[in-house]
Formats: sequence, structure tokens, C-alpha cells
Amino acid sequence: MEDGLNNRVGIDTKEFLAFTLGAEEYGIDILRVQEIRGYEPPTRIANVQNFIKGVINLRGLIVPVVDLRLKFNLGQADYTELTVVIILNIMGRVMGVVVDSVSDVTTLTPEQIKPAPAVTSSLDTDYLLGLGTIDDRMLILVDIDKLMTSPDMGLIDGVGFGA
Amino acid sequence: MDDDLSQFYQVFFDEAAELLAEKERLLLGIDITNPSSEELNAIFRTAHSIKGGAATFGFDDITKFTHVLESLLDKIRRGEMPLTAEHVDTFLAAKDVLAMLLDGHRVGSAVDQEQVDEVSRRLHALADGAVGERILSVKPATPPVVEVAPVAQALVPAGVLRLIRIEMPETPEKDLVSLAAELGLLGEVDTARLPDNRVVFTLQTDQTLADVTAVCSFVVDEGKLKLSESIVEKPSQAIGSDLGDRQEAAAPAVSQPIEEKPAVKGTADGDIEKRSTKRDTPAPVSHESSSIRVNIEKVDLLINLVGELVITQAMIAQRGADLDPVHHEALMNNFAQLARNTRDLQESVMSIRMIQMDYVFSRFPRMVRELASKLGKKIDFITQGASTELDKGLIERIVDPLTHLVRNSIDHGIELPEKRREAGKPEAGRLILAASHQGGNIVIEVSDDGAGLNRERILKKAQQNGLSVSESMTDEEVWQLIFMPGFSTADVITDVSGRGVGMDVVRRNIADMGGSVEIRSVAGSGSTIRIAVPLTLAILDGMSVKVGHEIYIVPLAYVVESLQPMAGDLKEVAGQGRLIKVRDEYLPLVYLYERFDIEPHFSSPTESIVLVLGVDDKKFALLVDTLVGQQQVVVKNLETNFRKVPGISGATILGDGGVSLILDISALMKGAV
Repeated sequence: MEDGLNNRVGIDTKEFLAFTLGAEEYGIDILRVQEIRGYEPPTRIANVQNFIKGVINLRGLIVPVVDLRLKFNLGQADYTELTVVIILNIMGRVMGVVVDSVSDVTTLTPEQIKPAPAVTSSLDTDYLLGLGTIDDRMLILVDIDKLMTSPDMGLIDGVGFGA
Repeated sequence: MDDDLSQFYQVFFDEAAELLAEKERLLLGIDITNPSSEELNAIFRTAHSIKGGAATFGFDDITKFTHVLESLLDKIRRGEMPLTAEHVDTFLAAKDVLAMLLDGHRVGSAVDQEQVDEVSRRLHALADGAVGERILSVKPATPPVVEVAPVAQALVPAGVLRLIRIEMPETPEKDLVSLAAELGLLGEVDTARLPDNRVVFTLQTDQTLADVTAVCSFVVDEGKLKLSESIVEKPSQAIGSDLGDRQEAAAPAVSQPIEEKPAVKGTADGDIEKRSTKRDTPAPVSHESSSIRVNIEKVDLLINLVGELVITQAMIAQRGADLDPVHHEALMNNFAQLARNTRDLQESVMSIRMIQMDYVFSRFPRMVRELASKLGKKIDFITQGASTELDKGLIERIVDPLTHLVRNSIDHGIELPEKRREAGKPEAGRLILAASHQGGNIVIEVSDDGAGLNRERILKKAQQNGLSVSESMTDEEVWQLIFMPGFSTADVITDVSGRGVGMDVVRRNIADMGGSVEIRSVAGSGSTIRIAVPLTLAILDGMSVKVGHEIYIVPLAYVVESLQPMAGDLKEVAGQGRLIKVRDEYLPLVYLYERFDIEPHFSSPTESIVLVLGVDDKKFALLVDTLVGQQQVVVKNLETNFRKVPGISGATILGDGGVSLILDISALMKGAV
């Protein structure tokens, strides 16, 4: 479905899934998103970083879940009925991220994406693609591939600091 | 070559490899003095099938080589030439050449043309020698191109046209079509139908009846065929079949069907009787046609999906348990049926991955034969339990350790014939390879009746290697020494074994599979190495334990016992951690809730449970809140989407759909967590 939409709007524009972490609104490449589901308490894994909430059973796959709010100290890490998990597929690996809520899918043209100034968010600018502006909204666009595979996420062997 | 064909190459390579393995098995199993026609036919068929496949795909070198082989085999199976040990040796060499040629096409590995030529020369020499008629004299550098089997014509005047009538038994349509096409290559074919809808082919050809039968035998059992032939030049008179002539001196009318027995031609009549009854046992060819080739990924996907189904079923059952059985009796029955069906389905699907041990065992007879003759030893090699099944993933990993053990037995275990005679043993040593099921494990034993392990020599060697040993060690402890890296007691290092890069690797490989190795040895009467590995890596017998609100799985294989500790048995040693006294033995005690940072339910250890766990002869105790139960779990890899976590070896999905982690017992014992 997303693929079809993307083709129609052309090659220069990109679609982003918008979600909120605390007071900020973020966007990630929709093509990395596999599905969105409600939060269910994962199975805790001992002796790993606190933002790794544990693993869940996603139709037979064992999938790690990361709470981005804990990772970036954004807002309250509460788990309510609205809390959602975005299931990502990055380089063939399936992983989940906990966010406060998901708003919509937004199409951005290259003109709407501005480079990110050094201090816009709690995220390191290395992990940002830029800032997207739509009317009065501002999306912090995250390079989700880079973020999730980065050593300090510790999600992948070889790059993690082996707990 | 045609691109469309290339997608079938792999199928051909796989099939050819299987055919070669089959051929080798048959050759090694054959009784040279009294070969059965079934076996000879089966060997011939392997060569013929490879030739056919190679020709289809344009692998000319294989086609040419196989042709020479096939011609020779044809002579032997038709009884025109007796089978000798030299034949068998040459055929085995030919099998190696074919494997090399196949690899040349498959992975582009180097082909030793000299070897090809040499074996090809030997085949020619054999073919020439016995019949005294040259097949084709060729220069050794270029293997001969022979299009039709010249042997077949040896007894028949060339150019004689025959009319062969083939009455088929009931045969699937597609087989008929392919057979018609095959026959079409031999001559003109007419197809007609009998009143009962069976098919009759009439073939006008210059080939002999035996050749035609050979073609048909790929589709239908020879015994069920009715063939008759007449020579076209003399349509009104006697049957030209050499076979008919021999079997029935007074040949009846032209169209009288004769039962075809090409392979027993030329043998005494009494023999014919005996052998034709043998044919009732199913030929290997039927086994091939009853299996299909499937990509292993598809099978694994299927296994995963069924695993899912099992969990879903368990969830439904859990929800259903709350319902009132009186009001929902029918539904409850359906639940029970669903549970049964799912379990059966899971079992059947898991069995797809299971492969018979024969897959491994079948490669040994040849190795044993060659090693034995190289070392001048006589060995009776016996395999038992070849039909025992093991997971495909494991079976591939067990080949190397087993090969090593068998080599060791031949090289170090079994003595030379003179020595055995002196010791009052039969000259030929016995080497037994046996597989059997024992609980959730498969046990493979390599035993020989050789000299056994030499205690003194092992101790001496261990001292030289700087290991701490003493004369008071038990035999079991001494045998364990040979698993140390760099350990070999062979006086002379041969290229067979003795370099000491072995037993440690064997033990590690087996341990990686979740298995164990044991040695039993009695000086002078032999030794037995016993390997136990789990049936499959995908399923594990687990003990679920609860700590706080969390449930962990302990692999049952490690569990020695469980007990409730008494306050007096718990000791705290400064700087050494905790110890627990179990039957006069002090074991290190690990509190799982501390290691995993869990809030335990019980404040005092005496209210909880201690599991005594054994890893590699060492023991330790693990403190948990309660034991939940024992169950089989489907092992899921944590690293597929995540990474290695210290203290955790994998994960599984529980009946309620939640994830439970499987403890890595060795890591816990080493204190790596």
C-alpha cells in the first residue's frame, strides 16, 4: 500500500511516519515500518541497557523492543492504552520501538526538508536526516537505519558494547 | 548452453551425487563370487541415469566417460563377463572420476585429466579383455565417443531389424509418454491400447530385446513387462531372441509373449528360478521415485508456521478452559480434537527434517576398506541401526567427528593380523558403528575389538605434555585425558591419524551439538566410544523455573536433581561466594535472582528450590523460587533479530504466547553473568 502511494507521488518526495515522543514530533522513513501494534509488556532481559525493554513474540519471531523515550530521556515513559510499538524491518532484522503515539503518514518534498541545526532535539545530529515542515508542524526526521544499528543501541552483535 | 536448462543443473547435480553414492554403496555391498542380478541391474541403472542426465545438459565429458562404464556394466549384468574384484576396484575409481567431473561442472574445481584417462583406459582394458572384442580403440588422451552400446550387438548380427511388442502393465500416463519418447530414440514406435486400457508399444528397431528392456525398466518393473519380438526379415518364422532360444528350445509362435529376464541370461536354469523370486523384493529404483526434493528453507518455514499454530492452539485451549463445560460440550470436544490434530501435524512436520543415519554410515564402508588395505589390516565393518533418524542439521555436523573416531579405531585400535593372531583373536578385527534411540537422544557407538586404550602410555604422554596426572587416577579419568588438545599416543605419526588434532575437536563438535562423549575401554579387548546427541536442535526438553514473576527454561539435560535447601547446608565463604552441601559434597551456589536482578518471592533461601546442574563433569547449584514444570519447547534463536545475551542461550514461546528465555547453564556456572 505504502509502495503504491510512494510511486504515485514521484521519486523526489518521501513518505514519513510521524510519531510523538514526549512533546516532540518525529518522522521516520515509512518503508522501514513493517507494522504498528499496541504495547504489550515484553519479556525482560537481564543485564542489558534499561531502554531495551525486552523481547516479544511477533508471530513466532523473537523481536527486541526498545523504548525510545527512555533512550533519549523524553517525556514520561508511561505505558497506557495509547502507547504503541512500531515494528521496523532494518536490513532484514525485525525490531520494535516504543513511542507515545503515531499520528499519520506525511509526504515531504525535498524543499520541505531542511538541514537540522545542532541543537534541536535530544538526538545526536548524526542520526537526523533534517527537519521537515508541513504548514505549522515540524517533524524531526530520524535516520532510523543508522540509529537502530548504532553501537550505543546495542541491538546487534559486533557493534554493541556487550552488556 | 541454454539458460533455461541451467535452473535444472542443480537438480541434476544433486541427483547425480545421490546416484554415485548409491552406486558406491551397491559396489561395496556386492558379493563378487555370486552377484545378484538385481544389484548388477541397479549398478547399471545408476550409470545409465547419470549418462542420460549428462547428455541432456551437454556435459560431454561425463557422457563419454559414463558410456564406457555403462557398456562394461552392461556386459557384466548380461552375464557375458564375470564380475571380478578388479572390476569393483575400477568401478569405484570410476565413481571418483565422475564425482570429480561433476564438481568440475558444478563449482568449477580442477579436473585431473590424467586420472580420467587412466581410469577410462582401465575400463577399456577390462571391457576388451574378457570379450576379446575391441569396443573402440582410442588414444588415451581422448575418451571414446560411442553412441550406441556396442556390447549389446556383440551376439546379434548387425543391421537386423526387429519388431518388438511391449505390453505394459498399468502405468501412469506421464510415464507412458516419456517411455514412448525414449523408445522413439531407438526406432519407430507404434502405440495401441488393449481392451483393458493398457498400452502396447510396437517398436521397430535394430536394438536387442535386452536393450529395450533396459529402457523400459526405468519406468516399470521388468517383471511386469510382457515382451515379445520377431525379426522383420523373417516375419513368418522362429523368434530371433537369443533369450527365447535359451529358455525355451522349441520356441512357440511369433507373438507368444515371453517373460523377460535379461539379467539372468546365460545362467543355469535352476539359477533363473531362484533369482526371479528374488526380484519380488522392491528394487532401489522405487525408493527414488517415491521421494521429492524440497528446499530446506521451505521445510523450516513450514516448521515455524506449525510452531505458530501450536502456540495459537494452546492459547485457544487456555481461553476455552474458562468456559462452562456443560453448555459448551461440543466446543470443548472440538478443542480437544484441534489439540490432537495440531500435535500430530507438528510431529509429521518435524519428521520431514529427519534423515536416516544411513546417510552418514554409507560413506564409511569405502573408507574402512581403503584404510584397512593401506595399513595392511583386516577389518569386518558392521553397521547397526542405520535407519535411526536424526535432524538434518545435526547429521551433517556429526560426519566429521565420526570419521575421526572410525579412523582412530582402524589406525590405533585394531591391531595388525599377526598381532591379533598372537593374542588369540581372529585375524580380522571387528569395527561396529551403531546408532540407536535412547530417550530424547540418539546414541552412536564406535566400537572395535582391538587393543584398547593404553593406560600407561596415556599417562606418560600426559606427563610429557605437562598435565598433572597421578597413578591413582581411575580409568575413566585417564581416558578423559585423550580429549586434551594436542594429545596423541600414536608411536608413529601416520597420515591417517596421530597428529593429536582430533579428540579435543571431536569433543568440542559434539558439545556444540548439545551432546556428550564417553569412552569405555578394556586393554586387549577393545574400546567403545559412545556419542549421545539430542534428536534435534529445534526442540529441547526443558524445566521451567520461576523467579519472581519471570519464567526461565533450564535445559533438562543439565539437571541432576532438585532439592529444598536446609539452613545448615548453606555456607558462606569469604571471597568465595556461597556453597551448598549436597550429599557430603560442597557445590557453588548461584542465586539466579541476583544474577538477573529480579525481585524474588522468597526472602529466605530455605523457602526456595535449588537445582543441581551438571556441566562437563562439574556441578553447581542454582537457586530459583519454584519449579513450574517440565515441557518440550521449540528453541528460537535470540540473535536472529537481536544479539547474544550473556547467560541466555535462546528463547522460546510459551503456551500463552509470551516469550521465555532459555538459560545458558555453562555461562552461569563460569560466572560470566
